[in-house]
Amino acid sequence: MSDAAPLADAAPVARLYGEPLIEIPRDLYIPPDALEVILEAFEGPLDLLLYLIRRENLDILDIPMAPLTRQYLEYVEAMRAKNLELAAEYLVMAATLMEIKSRLLLPKPPVAEATEEDPRAELMRRLLEYERIKKAAQQLEAMPQLGRDVLAVSVWVERVVTEQLPGVELRDLAEAWRSLLHRARLSAHHRVSREQLSVREHMSGILRRLQERRVLEFAELFDPVQGVAVLVVTLLAVLELARESLLELTQSESFAPIYVKLAHASH
Amino acid sequence: MHPTEAKRILEAALLAAQEPLSLPVLRQLFDDQLGADTLKKLLAELREEWSDRAVELASVASGWRFQTRPEFRAFAEKLQPEKPPRYSRAVLETLAIIAYRQPVTRGDIEEIRGVGVSTQIIQTLEARGWIDVVGHRETPGRPALYATTRTFLDDLGLRSLQELPPLEEIAKTVQLEPAPATPAPEAANEPAAG
Repeated sequence: MSDAAPLADAAPVARLYGEPLIEIPRDLYIPPDALEVILEAFEGPLDLLLYLIRRENLDILDIPMAPLTRQYLEYVEAMRAKNLELAAEYLVMAATLMEIKSRLLLPKPPVAEATEEDPRAELMRRLLEYERIKKAAQQLEAMPQLGRDVLAVSVWVERVVTEQLPGVELRDLAEAWRSLLHRARLSAHHRVSREQLSVREHMSGILRRLQERRVLEFAELFDPVQGVAVLVVTLLAVLELARESLLELTQSESFAPIYVKLAHASH
Repeated sequence: MHPTEAKRILEAALLAAQEPLSLPVLRQLFDDQLGADTLKKLLAELREEWSDRAVELASVASGWRFQTRPEFRAFAEKLQPEKPPRYSRAVLETLAIIAYRQPVTRGDIEEIRGVGVSTQIIQTLEARGWIDVVGHRETPGRPALYATTRTFLDDLGLRSLQELPPLEEIAKTVQLEPAPATPAPEAANEPAAG
């Protein structure tokens, strides 16, 4: 990939210290229009360093600091030239790299500081840890995910039926019937009071009958077949008619038949 | 009760359920008459019975559920109006750190990733119900400690964190071509990453 695509006629991909940058770093050749995308694809300085190290087959435990630092800085420059928003972490890392590099360049006292830690050790530890996490993230991403790769199964029809038809047992039916009867009994009671309203109707009926036959025996007014309620209403009607002086009740002696006649008829 | 009948009851309950059913919940189906071991055996048999179907009986952190097999992903996708979102690498790496190193603070995450962790990343994972705050570290600022949730395990089809793929031992070098012999490093043979 690195030796492909002649760049002779190509527009500068970036500017480095004001100079057009025709060639991007040798080992990370990327098609120019893809550069921006790829630069943004790095998740941070550790990610970029890992890329450089793996690309060059460098030993992560014995990083040659000079070339790595150089490449890293070239990359950071390319980023800045592209006006990409450069996270401060990239610059911190640049400083860290240069510090490590300079410490490696310092001559070591032959004996005294033999136990001194490799200045690269901390960087290596972080690189290794980051790479493990990076791989783990890829593995997590590859795992089957609920809602994306697998769908939870639920029997839809079954659920709808259950929701629409609450369970009914024979006992519930019996209970419902009983309460219906109970209420019917209550309304039967109410019907009597409604019949009281129809007292007026019975009053009219009685008057109508008296129009045909001037005198009726009291008992003739009542029809036991129609039930107690009607008997009571009829009685109330007779009493009401008497009270309003529309009819006359006569009895010659005790226990003799009672006769009913229209009041005005006597006049 | 005949085992076959018990199995059919389990099957009906699991198929009708909207969420994984745990063993205690499944035991209620039988008024706790069946022991946990019997129940597990029946569930294993039920799973076996469904082994050649497009739907499988899976055991996850919250219990048992029927789910489509991953190989039918492409077909399930066709019927979904929206493509399920893909998380950015930043979100995934943050999730991986929380999953493998929990409980961790935001600072811990930033230390490993080498960059700042935006609030949005944390919110994305919290909104998904995959992470939550389990406490605070008693250091200045009392930073929140994040951990993964049971929903995270459920959604990834795991019963516990132990079932996460093990962290790889990363190759120290990638030998694509014979490299010139390098002197053995004198430090950090086994970096403290565990």
